[in-house]
Formats: sequence, C-alpha cells, structure tokens
Amino acid sequence: MKDNVVIELEGVNKWFGDFHVLKDIDLKVRERERVVVCGPSGSGKSTVIRCINRLEEHQEGRIVVDGQELDDDTRNVAAVRREVGMVFQQFNLFPHLTVIENCMLGPTRARGMSKAEARDRAMEYLARVRIPEQAEKYPGQLSGGQQQRVAIARSLCMQPKVMLFDEPTSALDPEMIKEVLDVMIDLAQSGMTMIVVTHEMGFARTVADQMVFMDEGRIVETAPPERFFANPESERTKLFLSQILSH
Amino acid sequence: MAASRPPPTHLRRGRWWNAPWFDTLQFAVFTGALLWLTVAGAMNMGYNWQWYRVPRFIYRVVDGELIWGPLIKGLVVTLEITAWSVVITLAIGLVTALLRLSNSFSGRIVAKVYLEAVRNTPLLIQIYLFYFVLGPIIGLDRFWVGVACLSVFEGAFACEVIRAGILSVPRGQWEASDGIGLGRVQGYRYVILPQAVPLMLPPLTGLVISLIKNSAIVSVIAVFDLTTEGRNIIADTFLSFEIWMTVAAIYLVLTVTLSVFVSYLEHRVRARE
Ligand SMILES: Nc1ncnc2c1ncn2[C@@H]1O[C@H](COP(=O)(O)OP(=O)(O)OP(=O)(O)O)[C@@H](O)[C@H]1O
Ligand SMILES: [Mg+2]
Repeated sequence: MKDNVVIELEGVNKWFGDFHVLKDIDLKVRERERVVVCGPSGSGKSTVIRCINRLEEHQEGRIVVDGQELDDDTRNVAAVRREVGMVFQQFNLFPHLTVIENCMLGPTRARGMSKAEARDRAMEYLARVRIPEQAEKYPGQLSGGQQQRVAIARSLCMQPKVMLFDEPTSALDPEMIKEVLDVMIDLAQSGMTMIVVTHEMGFARTVADQMVFMDEGRIVETAPPERFFANPESERTKLFLSQILSH
Repeated sequence: MAASRPPPTHLRRGRWWNAPWFDTLQFAVFTGALLWLTVAGAMNMGYNWQWYRVPRFIYRVVDGELIWGPLIKGLVVTLEITAWSVVITLAIGLVTALLRLSNSFSGRIVAKVYLEAVRNTPLLIQIYLFYFVLGPIIGLDRFWVGVACLSVFEGAFACEVIRAGILSVPRGQWEASDGIGLGRVQGYRYVILPQAVPLMLPPLTGLVISLIKNSAIVSVIAVFDLTTEGRNIIADTFLSFEIWMTVAAIYLVLTVTLSVFVSYLEHRVRARE
C-alpha cells in the first residue's frame, strides 16, 4: 500500500466559454505515486494538470492538493504552487537570467532563502540533472534538452511535494528526448510524486504506477500499466494505443 | 539545433546607397540646399543678419570669468523640467499600464478615462487647465505646474508603450513565474519587467524626445525655459531669425545626442545577449 493522498480531484468540471473541456474528473494521487496521463490532442490533459496548480480555474468540483483546497483564496493558491513543481512543453526558462539564477529565483524570492544556500541547492539539483557545468550560461546558449533539464532543476529547487510535467519532451529533437527522460526516471526512482502528460509509452511502462487515458474531456480509463497496455477495457483506449504504438 | 549560417553577401555588405558615406553625402546636400534657400530668402527680403550679436546670449567672458547667457540658463530649466517629467511620466505610465492590465474593473476604468481624456484634448488647453485651475487649487508654482502637466500628458503615451512591452513577454513566462511560487508583484519585478524594459527602450526614447520638445509649451505660463528666454531676447533685440535658429539648433543637438546615446545603449544590450 502506498501512503496518503496528495492530490485529489473530485467531480471537476471546467468550461472555456461554452466549451466543456473537463467533464466530471475524478483522480487521486498518493504520495510517491507516478501517474502518466495520455490521450488524443485536445482531450484536456494539459488543462487537468494546469488546474492542479491553478494556472487554470475549475468551475465545479473540488481540487485538494496537500490538504489545501484550491478556491479563490489566493493564499491557498500561493501555498499550493510552492508545493507543486511544473515543467512545460516549451521549457519557459527566464531568458534574462543565467541557468543558476533561474534556479535560485524561486527559493530566494518565494521561500526567503539566503543567496548562498539557494546557490548550493541549485548546484546540487543541476548536478542531478547532469548539467552543473552550464550554471553560468544563459538559457539561449543551451540545447533544448539541456534547457528542459534546467527547467526540471528549477522546479526541484523549490523542493515540491509533487511534480507536474506537461509533454516535457514533445518540443525536443529526437536525440535529446532520452536525456530528459533519463532525468525523469531518476526522479521517479528517488520517490517523487509525479503526474506526467506524455506520449512516451516506453517511459510510461518503466515508471508509471497508474495510467490515465483521457478523451474529450473525460477520464476514460485508469489502470496499472501492465493491464493498460496488454488489456485495455475501452475501445477508445485500444484505438488510441494502436495508433500511438504503431509509430 | 540548426547551425546558424551567415547571411548572403549582398545582405551583409549592403549596396552603395546604404553605405555611410552616401548617407553623409545625402545629408550634406540636403542641409546645404536648405541653408542656401534660407539665406537667399532672407537676402531677398533685405534681412540684416547679425550673427555676431548671438554668442553673448549663450556665454560671455567678463574679467576672465565665464558667465552663462540667458539661452543656456533657459536650457538648464528645460533640462530640469524634462528630467523631472521623465521620472514622473514613467511612474504614471507604469501605474496606468498595470491598472489597465489588472483584474480590477474600477482600476481599468480609471486608467481608460485618464488615457482618453489626455489623448483627446490639446496639450495647450491642458496646460491652461493645470495653470489656472489645478495650480491654484493644489498650490503649485509655475515650474511644477509645467512638470505636472507634461507628465500627465506624456504619461498616457508611456502607458501604451509600457503596456505593449509587458504584453509582448510570452504568457509562458507568467506561468513559469507562478509555477515557482512568485507572487504578482515579484513576477513583474523579477521576470516580466526585466524582459519588457529592453523592448520598451526605443519607443521610450521617442517619448523623452517628445518631452523635450513639448516642454516648450511651458513658455505660455512664463516659465523661464529655453523657448521663453529666446522669445524675451527677441523682444529686446529683434534678432528673430538668428535667435530662433539658435534655439532650434540647441533643441536639435539635445534630441540628436539623446537618440545617438540610446542607440548605443541598445546596441550594448543586444550585444550582451
Ligand atoms: N485558454 C483556452 N481557451 C479556450 N479553449 C481552450 C483554452 N485552452 C485550451 N482550450 C481548448 O481546450 C481543449 C483541451 O485543451 P488541452 O490543452 O487541455 O488539450 P491537451 O489534451 O493537452 O491537448 P494537446 O495534446 O494538444 O496538448 C482543446 O480543445 C483546446 O482547444
Ligand atoms: Mg497539452
């Protein structure tokens, strides 16, 4: 049995104007659990994880992160965001800051840590993503794979309880995908709680405790990877898997 | 990553009509023609040029001591007005830009009303309003009435420049800033504005230049700036051609120096990236 629940979504509904993006989403993620979310484009995968750290607001249902319910109270939102790291498809590094400054900004400004301590911590995580030697460069001087690893280190510097990844490798050239996935596998093995939106099914098989398949705003199927890949229940999951695995 | 190749030769070198020497030649011919027209025109109307009387309004040397003339004193006042106005203009521009971008409905309305009011009334009327209405109420002297009026006027333009700069920073930067737990003010301060300011710099230079030029308006409320001094000298001496040309030249030197300086700065900023 795994530990206590860190993220809980209960009957979450969301609309963009008239468009019903998320329909009755229920999801529980326990501590140290790794959840991989997949599904066709436009099915609402990004929207779900963006709701978890309130980059998007949901209109119905409950989202509880680490015991804090996400509502209009901005203090809750700030508290939740400090506990939830987010890695984006487009990296979103701060181009005007060096790699190490990118990593130090959150700890010094949002957590009030001293510069020296933040620098030590940043170096530690840059070493973990295997690019300590790039610390003084600007993001623009790095390759895509390196940038994404910096983005992961930047999030880790906040020592979050949960890491969210939104298609972290889909903006990368093929030869760089592996270096990023390797870092993520390390992270999973170190016991980080993770929700990962990805179509890298090899990665999913390696690390996932739970697979979540979404289509048209709904969670269609949730299953452990062995069953999910070998023996999916829903026809839509089968169709999706046959398309994605044939690549 | 694709290796960056140098651009084709014809783009790198430029054609002869883009060369600096040709620019200079063009400029010289043009200025020469203009000068000739003026001089010829003045001769036709029998204007009596007395350039030798002009320098003393710029400086005099009495007993080996340098004494600045009224034009330089006026220039100093113009510079003072401009400097104060730049600071206040930027403050007003930043605040209204943030109001316009805020979630507060009343904040956005206040900003919008201010912008429309300022942009759709003549500057001359604004300075009269400030001088005859607001000045007495708040108890500002002329100098500060001038500064306040110019700042409020240019603040509306600064607001648009600053707003556009802020909006041109990609959305993902806000999301990353939120994602590492920075608040709104911190996000602006450490993430958004440092990226937006370099983008605002060129249009803000234009704004400072227009401030220098528009500062001449304070002469209507008898602040002793460059324009007022020039007019007073002419009233005494009737040297209208010489003095107005000199005044224009001083403004020109000021604005051109500024734009050269800023393009140098921009160049430095870009080189660093
Ligand atoms: N800000 C927005 N306003 C309106 N519609 C939006 C907005 N963001 C997303 N959508 C729509 O919501 C739907 C779900 O978007 P979402 O980004 O969550 O899908 P996704 O599953 O992540 O897809 P992809 O694989 O393409 O990233 C899409 O149809 C998208 O067009
Ligand atoms: Mg997406």
